[in-house]
Order: sequence, then C-alpha cells, then structure tokens
Amino acid sequence: MNTYYGNIHALKGIDFEVNDGELVTLIGSNGAGKSTTLLTIAGVLKAASGSRIEFNGHDLTKLSPPQIVKMGVTLSPEGREVFPELTVEENLKLGAYCRKDVKEIKDSFDQVYELFPRLLERKKQQAGTLSGGEQQMLAIGRALMNRPKLLMLDEPSMGLAPNLVLEIFNLIKEIHKQGTTILLVEQNANMALKIADRCYVLEVGRIKFSGDAKEMQNNDEVRKAYLGTVNKKK
Amino acid sequence: MTAQYIVNGLTMGLIYALIAVGYSLVFGILKMINMAHGAVYAFGAHMILMFVTWNLGAVPAVILSVLLTGGLLVIYDRTILATLRKKKAPGIAALITTIGFSYIIQNGLMIAFGTEIKAFPALLGEKMIQVGNVKFAFSQVYILVVSIVLLVGLSLLIHKSKIGLAMRAVEQNSRAADLMGINAKGVISVTFFLSGMSAVIAALLLASYYQTVYPTMGVMIGLKGFSASVLGGIGILYGSAVGGIILGIAESLTVQFLSGAYRDAVAFILLFLILIVRPNGLFGKAKVSKV
Repeated sequence: MNTYYGNIHALKGIDFEVNDGELVTLIGSNGAGKSTTLLTIAGVLKAASGSRIEFNGHDLTKLSPPQIVKMGVTLSPEGREVFPELTVEENLKLGAYCRKDVKEIKDSFDQVYELFPRLLERKKQQAGTLSGGEQQMLAIGRALMNRPKLLMLDEPSMGLAPNLVLEIFNLIKEIHKQGTTILLVEQNANMALKIADRCYVLEVGRIKFSGDAKEMQNNDEVRKAYLGTVNKKK
Repeated sequence: MTAQYIVNGLTMGLIYALIAVGYSLVFGILKMINMAHGAVYAFGAHMILMFVTWNLGAVPAVILSVLLTGGLLVIYDRTILATLRKKKAPGIAALITTIGFSYIIQNGLMIAFGTEIKAFPALLGEKMIQVGNVKFAFSQVYILVVSIVLLVGLSLLIHKSKIGLAMRAVEQNSRAADLMGINAKGVISVTFFLSGMSAVIAALLLASYYQTVYPTMGVMIGLKGFSASVLGGIGILYGSAVGGIILGIAESLTVQFLSGAYRDAVAFILLFLILIVRPNGLFGKAKVSKV
C-alpha cells in the first residue's frame, strides 16, 4: 500500500508511504502538520490539486469522506470526538455505519469488547460520562468497528495520565499484532518510536527525517529535537 | 364541563405537538429555528386542498402533499441554508432567511389560491360522538390516533433506526459524523423532510377539523408550536410533544374559566413562567460537557 501526498497549504509537498501490515508513526512538534496530514487522507480536508493520495491503487483525493471510510481507511481523531450523549454501544455502532455485512458487525463488537473490556461494562453509559482514558478506548474501538485496512490514530495519548498512556500504547501494539496497518500521529515521540516499525519526522509541513523507528531513537538530531535527551554514548 | 374542555384542549395540544416536533427536529440538528415552519404548514394544507379538488382521493392527496412539502423544504435547505452553512454565515443570517422564506411561501399561496378563507373538505368525517357528557367530533378521534402514532413513530425512528442514530450523531458532532462516513447532507435532508411531513399531517388534521384553509393560517399556530417546543425543551422530541399537549390543555381551560379573549396570551404567559423556572424547558437539560 502506498500513500503519496502532495501540497496543501499547511503541508509543503510531503511524500510518504505506509506498507501493508506496518505500524508507521508520524512525529513532530505542534503545528508541524501531523493532524492536517491525517485529516487530508480522511478526506475531511481537501488536498490541493496535483496532490495524490493513493490507497490500494485508488486515488483518495477524488473521494468523499464516506467513500474513503468505505475503502477501509479510518481515522480516530485528535481529542477523541466521541458522541457525548450517545451510549458507548451506539458510538461503536456508528463506527460500523458504512458496513453492509450486518451479521459480521456483531463479531466486531465482540472483538472490540474483548480488547477493551471496560467498554463492555459501560456499554449503556453515555460516552460523555466516561473518563478520558475510556473515551480514548471508545474512539479507537469505534474506528476498529469499520474493520479498517488502514487505521489512523491522531494523538491517542493526549491528556492521559502516564499509566493510561502505557495502557493505550500496549493496546495499539496489540491491534497492530492482530494484523491492522496503523498510521500513528503522536507528540509522545518516545512511546511512538518504541512500538513503531518506521517513522517520519514532520517539521513545519515538510518531512525532515524518515527511517526505521529503532534507528530514529538513536539519531542524535532527532533525540535532541523531539525526544528531549541526547544519547551521549553514541 | 371541564372534561369537555380537556378533550378539546388535548386535541389542539396534539396538533401543537406535531408542529413543535417539526421545529424541534430541525433545531436539534442545525441549532436553527425554522421560522418558515408555520408557512410550511399552510403550504401543506393548500396542497392537500388542491389535490383533493383534482379528485385524486384523500390518501393520494395527502401522500403527494407530504412529498411536495417535504421536497420544498429539502430544496430550500440544499440551495439556501446549506450555502449559508458552507460560508459559515452567522445564525442570525439563517434565521432571517427562514423568516423571508415564510413570507415567500405565504405570498405564493395568496397568488395561487387567493387570500380569502377557503372551505376544506371534512376528510375525516363530520360525525359527532357522545361519551357521558363529553361530546366530540369523530375527527378528534383521528387527531388523537394519528398524531400519537406519528409522534411515537418519529420517536422510534430517531431512537431505534440507523438513520435516527445518524441524525443524533450529526446533531452532536458533525465532524466526527463525517469520519464515520455519515453523509451529513443526506441526514439533514431527511430531517427537513420529516419536519415537513409532520407539518402536513398537522395541517390535514386541523384543516379537516375546522374545515377552512387560508394562506396565513400557519402564523399563529407556528408561533404556538414554536413556544410549545421551547416550553417542553427544544431539540428533545418527547419534550416538544409534551409541551404541545400542555399548551393545548392550558389554552382550553383558559377559555373555560376566563374567556376566549385570553387564549393566545395565556400560551405565552405559560411559556414565560416555565422558562423562568426551567430555562431549558421542562425536559431540556444542560449539555453533557465534552471532556
């Protein structure tokens, strides 16, 4: 799977790809254009003409958000964006809104509840009454209900306590292990690099570095700029 | 005697409830008051009259009116209101647009049908029924049954069906609804259509009861329906419906114990009183905050 990407106002010609089965992370500071990238792929923001976002041979720039969702490209947005007055169950049901295989949707419910038992306990509760961590789980679970071929996660650790961040990242690792291709956007670059296969570093709308996630962790320049520490040993 | 007034009030109240629900549906999803709703009600009544005069039969006439009225609202939304939303126009722009639209409809009706009060056929029968010392028209039974069926049906549609879930999703977070692959435009159109449908059914019921129609027939009932909706909690379907019923009964009791002259004033005094005690309406709730 290749995702090519052209010019939009905030993104000055970035070009990257996510291969089938990979967990790729996009890191960078605030305003680097990470969320913009995901929203453009999802079709919520329009890419400038000349851009190309290719998914399994289809050009996503020509498709509407519903069509993109139907292709199996799903975004769990920054800030979770759950439907606050709907129940957990209804939120999940909406994640499967574009699916026609009514019978198999039930299996997806089981899978999501198995991954996030806490959502099962609270399935009749209004989403707005959940804690931040639970809402994040719901946002990811909701995205999984579409059985995505490409799952895009925008800042899943935002605003969560450190122990919850760890829990969320372990769950992301688990989802990846079960075979979902993931594009992860994170400010918490340390954590993201630990679970990712490959990494792109975005800086003011351009890709500054790219490469293997493990190597990135040892790259001095990346460490200094995004991880907060310099590896003295190297 | 009081029982008689309560029955009459309930009849009127259910009509208010249908009108109120029309406001509520649109408000829920767009946070906008469709001030043209009363005119849409008048439009529906005239369409039924027209089709009935063409001898199409009552049922086809009503179905065609629902399609035409619902369609009118959908086109109006797609061409004008959707453009305003796209340009991020302030709410006040949409509001004045709906007021303008109500006059365009009313003027259109005056040109096409004349300004005078026209006779409307008693589509629901003219028989009277007496139970104990309460006397009521057979059409009142229709009003009772049809409006309750419609209100319950709408409520089930919104709370149990897939399109209803999509409507609630767009209502609460249209950006996230986009990401679920929900076609918000389509959902908004369905909402307008349902709002139009409830207005046409209200028009059918009440016009058959009073047996008159005229272009400005929707002005007062539109305002009352709007008040009922706010009184019960706008955006909340059952709240709006209950608001309508309360308003209808209160008016009827006013006529009994005070005088018919106070009828309209009481509706609004009641609205003030309830809003002072419960600013969000009887069933309205303060928003659940997004964490």
